[in-house]
Amino acid sequence: MSFVEYGDTIKDGDTAIVFLGHESMFPVKVQHGTVTQTKYGVIRHSTDLIGKKYGSKVTCSKGGWVFILHPTPELWTMNLPHRTQILYSTDISIITMMLELKPGSIVCESGTGSGSLSHALIRTVAPTGHLYTVEFHQQRAEKAREEFREHGVEHLVTVTNQDVCKNGFGVSNIADAVFLDIPSPWEAIGHAKSALKAEGGRICSFSPCIEQVQRTCLAMEEYGFTEINTLEILLRVYNVRTISLQIPDLGKAAEDNLSTGFDSSNPSNQGSLCAEAQPGTAQFKSGVPLREMVGHTGYLTFATKS
Amino acid sequence: RKIIFEKQWFYLDNAIGHIYGTTFEVTSGGNLQPKQETEETTTETKEAGTDNRNIVDDGKSQKLTHDDIKALKDKGIKGQEIVQQLIENSTTFRDKTEFAQDKYIKKKKKKYEAVITIVKPSTRILSTMYYAREPGKINHLRYDTLAQMLTLGNIRAGNKMIVMETCAGLVLGAVMERMGGYGSIIQMYPGGGPVRAATSCFGFPKLFFDNLHEFPLGKVDSLLSGTFSTATLPSEPDDSVLGEEESNGLADEKQTSRQETEEESTTEASMEMNQTEKQEAIDINAEDVEFKENKEKENKENVREKQRKQWERTKKLLETAALLREKNADGLIVASKFHPTPLLLSLLEFVAPSRPFVVYCQYKEVNQVCYFSCYSSMTFYRCLGFCLCFLAFFFLKVLPDRSHPKLTMSGGGGYLLSGITVVLDKGKSDSSNSEALKMEEPVCKRCKVQDVHC
Repeated sequence: MSFVEYGDTIKDGDTAIVFLGHESMFPVKVQHGTVTQTKYGVIRHSTDLIGKKYGSKVTCSKGGWVFILHPTPELWTMNLPHRTQILYSTDISIITMMLELKPGSIVCESGTGSGSLSHALIRTVAPTGHLYTVEFHQQRAEKAREEFREHGVEHLVTVTNQDVCKNGFGVSNIADAVFLDIPSPWEAIGHAKSALKAEGGRICSFSPCIEQVQRTCLAMEEYGFTEINTLEILLRVYNVRTISLQIPDLGKAAEDNLSTGFDSSNPSNQGSLCAEAQPGTAQFKSGVPLREMVGHTGYLTFATKS
Repeated sequence: RKIIFEKQWFYLDNAIGHIYGTTFEVTSGGNLQPKQETEETTTETKEAGTDNRNIVDDGKSQKLTHDDIKALKDKGIKGQEIVQQLIENSTTFRDKTEFAQDKYIKKKKKKYEAVITIVKPSTRILSTMYYAREPGKINHLRYDTLAQMLTLGNIRAGNKMIVMETCAGLVLGAVMERMGGYGSIIQMYPGGGPVRAATSCFGFPKLFFDNLHEFPLGKVDSLLSGTFSTATLPSEPDDSVLGEEESNGLADEKQTSRQETEEESTTEASMEMNQTEKQEAIDINAEDVEFKENKEKENKENVREKQRKQWERTKKLLETAALLREKNADGLIVASKFHPTPLLLSLLEFVAPSRPFVVYCQYKEVNQVCYFSCYSSMTFYRCLGFCLCFLAFFFLKVLPDRSHPKLTMSGGGGYLLSGITVVLDKGKSDSSNSEALKMEEPVCKRCKVQDVHC
């Protein structure tokens, strides 16, 4: 496996995702002789994992089972050890498209943080592109380097341990895109501009607060960036459920007729009408929102250097 | 060549040689290149009111008449000067607040100063453009939803993707951009051929098309009987689209069962098989021999120039069929006007385990049905991690002291259904076989099959 290439079978040293249920997954480093505890029992790497196909069902010692999945940046985002706040796939997807990233792109990023976005960026720019990522926290930078090595992508990324607001990205005139996720992005706009190619490029800044966005926009304008746009994206996830509502008893004799009549009058339910529906109830399928409130992650400000 | 854009017409000749992102001003017929950044026009000492308590809308604040403005335009005066004239002749302009003045100027500039910026095509630009101009052609797929599809599908260089879309080739183009010419894409198409109007807008190098394959949904049936090189492509009218779709799904189903058995005989896969399936396998192998004979015959005919083109096409089809037959695709993207359930159920057969798939549908209800039928059909892979997504999308207007959301696009972005394939649970293969048989029953039964399992 590698984060930038699919593999069929699980090998020693791979990172795999153990899938227990929709909301419960975790990553494992596959090693000979190692065991992993789950609530369904023990997984023995040598016998249960190595040599098996990705996507296999693995039976644990207590008779329960889990699926083993090939790592992808999206699965990693859901499972990585947090060292900082991270960006989630919804924001990452719009960032990737709005920065016009593709194989061969050169990207600058700061800060590296937990490497959630970094993995997605590396996936997109591989095999000919490169990511220059700057992290001012020495331990985090070190940890990120270690992870990239483990995930087989170290040749596609350079981690620099310095302050991007003071020292910039350590490169100039080579980047197609710059991404900033730091507390004071306006202090790094100048460095971002010099990191971008002379013929132009795209920039994105992620900030949770509108005051940060305002200062960033002003700085961008000052440095001659055009097409300045700020947007926010919210993901709404639905659980699909079969719901049955009881038909009220109004004292009518043909209760069953009422229930069937109710269903067939609603064309959207015809296909999903359940055969074993309880008498006196109407069943339908519905997408139920997972949470009532959708959280705010941050404002994304995009601009073009031309 | 004359091009019309936003009620203006112009020639592109003058734009050649400039870098992307250059802004042009339109004159009578040709292009004129103005400076990148026009100096702020209002350098005069600003005089502005604080509120609008004394501003009355009497319709007489603008002293220039409609005819005056037209006369100015006819004289070929620069748009910038017309705007300046309008400001000078507006009696209320000086009473307006500073913000209102800005707004007034901006509005007039938009109308009288025709500037055009020429940019490089990209998924960002094209999907935004298509959504704004021709949303019907791309099934109202909003650009943030498309972005989400590309990420959820883990689209990257080196993948072998299956794409089924009726979005004018926009989704295909987006996938191609992300793959950068590495790996391969198999486009499944309905009707007479794949639509790639939007794909051509990307201006991909020829190299990108080398590994782009197409396979007709409607040709699978004739591929089965081994006569597909001579069969004519069905040019299906819209009225029977759904029926065609169904039969396609079934054909796919049959084809995959055949591929299954082929694998069985050659690579000795350890899949369990029941008696009836074995019988089928024998039949199919016989067909396969015939199929190969046909191929050899074609080889001889290849010498003749006449049939070379047809042969070429046949060869491409054969290659694509072979690619599909490997059943190791790295992902599936569906975004079409068809009902996604049959598409998903049959096309997922070509996808390797532990790979993501994404289905776009404009309507939530359809994806709900699709979700359930996937959940209940454990035919070959069970699908994990369903997620119906809906994206709310805000644009913010950020100006000092005037930041607020600009536009809320809540409705109309479409819904996504995504998941990851896994290896079929072997213990349940018997029940799944019977289910597969049910799937091959006539069209109208489909709904019932779902019902039984929910």
